Amino acid sequence: MSSVLYDTPGPRAKRRNILLSVVFTLLLALLLWWVWRTMDDNNQLEWDLWQPFTTGEAWTTYLLPGLADTLKAAAISMVIALPLGAVFGIARMSDHAWVRGVAGTVVEFFRAIPVLLLMLFANELYVRSSLNISSEERPLYAVVTGLVLYNASVLAEVVRAGILSLPRGQTEAAYAVGLRKGQTMTSILLPQAVTAMLPAIVSQLVVIVKDTALGGVMLGFTELLNARQTLAANYANVIPSFIVVAIIYIIVNFILTSFASWLEQRLRRSKKSTGAVLGEDTVEVNPAAVRGGFGTGENTGGGGF
Amino acid sequence: MFDFISDYDDPSLWGAFWMTVKLTFFSGIGSLVWGTLLAAMRVSPVPLMRGFGTAYVNIVRNIPLTVIIVFTSLGLADIFRITLGAGDDVKVMSFRLAILGFIVYTAAFVCEAIRSGINTVPLGQAEAARAIGLNFSQTLRLIVLPQAFRSVIGPLANVLIALTKNTTVAAAIGVAEAAYLMKTMIENEAQTLLIGAVFAFGFVVLTLPTGLFLGWLSKRLAVKR
Repeated sequence: MSSVLYDTPGPRAKRRNILLSVVFTLLLALLLWWVWRTMDDNNQLEWDLWQPFTTGEAWTTYLLPGLADTLKAAAISMVIALPLGAVFGIARMSDHAWVRGVAGTVVEFFRAIPVLLLMLFANELYVRSSLNISSEERPLYAVVTGLVLYNASVLAEVVRAGILSLPRGQTEAAYAVGLRKGQTMTSILLPQAVTAMLPAIVSQLVVIVKDTALGGVMLGFTELLNARQTLAANYANVIPSFIVVAIIYIIVNFILTSFASWLEQRLRRSKKSTGAVLGEDTVEVNPAAVRGGFGTGENTGGGGF
Repeated sequence: MFDFISDYDDPSLWGAFWMTVKLTFFSGIGSLVWGTLLAAMRVSPVPLMRGFGTAYVNIVRNIPLTVIIVFTSLGLADIFRITLGAGDDVKVMSFRLAILGFIVYTAAFVCEAIRSGINTVPLGQAEAARAIGLNFSQTLRLIVLPQAFRSVIGPLANVLIALTKNTTVAAAIGVAEAAYLMKTMIENEAQTLLIGAVFAFGFVVLTLPTGLFLGWLSKRLAVKR
């Protein structure tokens, strides 16, 4: 094992590493023991609290409907945000300064605002509007609206970066064979950019799934975290329910993340593409990071404003 | 037009945004420290530490921040009675718990930003340093870390901006910051649009200069390759 930071360990370094491993194991064990003790002292390890999760009822009544709502809101948001993002992303590269300006301002504005504020605002708008949205459905509308506004602006940057990551020769060749600007965009640039963007888009889905939980706490949207509350009120098992719900989130998001990195690797390897890929961590590490210069893959750092 | 703002004094508009700034500041420092430690573990030669760092990052960044923040209140405080030395003062307690939650979450992203910075330094740099006879600490001090640090500013700035926006989640456990005040205001006042604009403006003011300044800094300091 060698890296830029250290050499392949020799005999002395090996001994030091083993010593460090032992010390670190002891520290970890101490931490685990302390967690276990705290759980035990507060009677959180009793089987009664965990038993509900072995029965079907806790899952069919609370957790699975909650998870379904989480995924529903995430899916709807993605389906609406993606085309909207594409429109704004392309508009930001327009040849007309005023189109660029308007699109740029809108995108920058919604990216600077916390998604929670957008949700709260949308919720209140729906309360006061003359639209006939029942109070049961309102949280879903508000959550989706907030997520769409925020993620469309993030995806706009993804689309823009995806198109910019294509080699210039693609556009030049398209012009050379006589295609117009619109034709170049729709039949040359977009199809290639979409494959390059796929990993980044899937990663953005993780961000959306995580953000739905905000609606559960602040707006009473019946998603997974909200379902946990009802479940814990019924079985009086706060800590176990938190652990189970966290594990569900981790599994769902881990599947999405793994899918994104699988896609990314596959696209990198494929000979057909131009080799332009937006890495999954460009967006996933931080939605705001999309602005930087990337497209070369390993350079996720150094992006900037 | 803005009369209603003075009707609120617990928290006031300034107080709420000041709370957002305080949350960002303390969580930022905490997650920088913890995130750097995690990054050190993730690139260390000890396999066990690498494993721990990887596991921590992969677990924490797949859990919604909201779950972590709500857990600090309903789990840590209510069940385990961990109040971080705040005693009975609920306001101080939820403030400290929120910061703890933000540190746990944000550190995972800080760790990834720093690690990606270290990875941008080409292996040849360290090899060349050793070839001209520099020892380990010289290589690290004079060659690797200066380059790594420069390329980390951009990603870290993005994490800081995301953290500023994420502090609104603290409203879920009753910390009186901007989103908390906005929720109360927007439910009680008629000027929905105006309130939305005021709070949106507040966040634009908080995040835009940070982004511009740190972006300028990272461009200025970027290693030209």
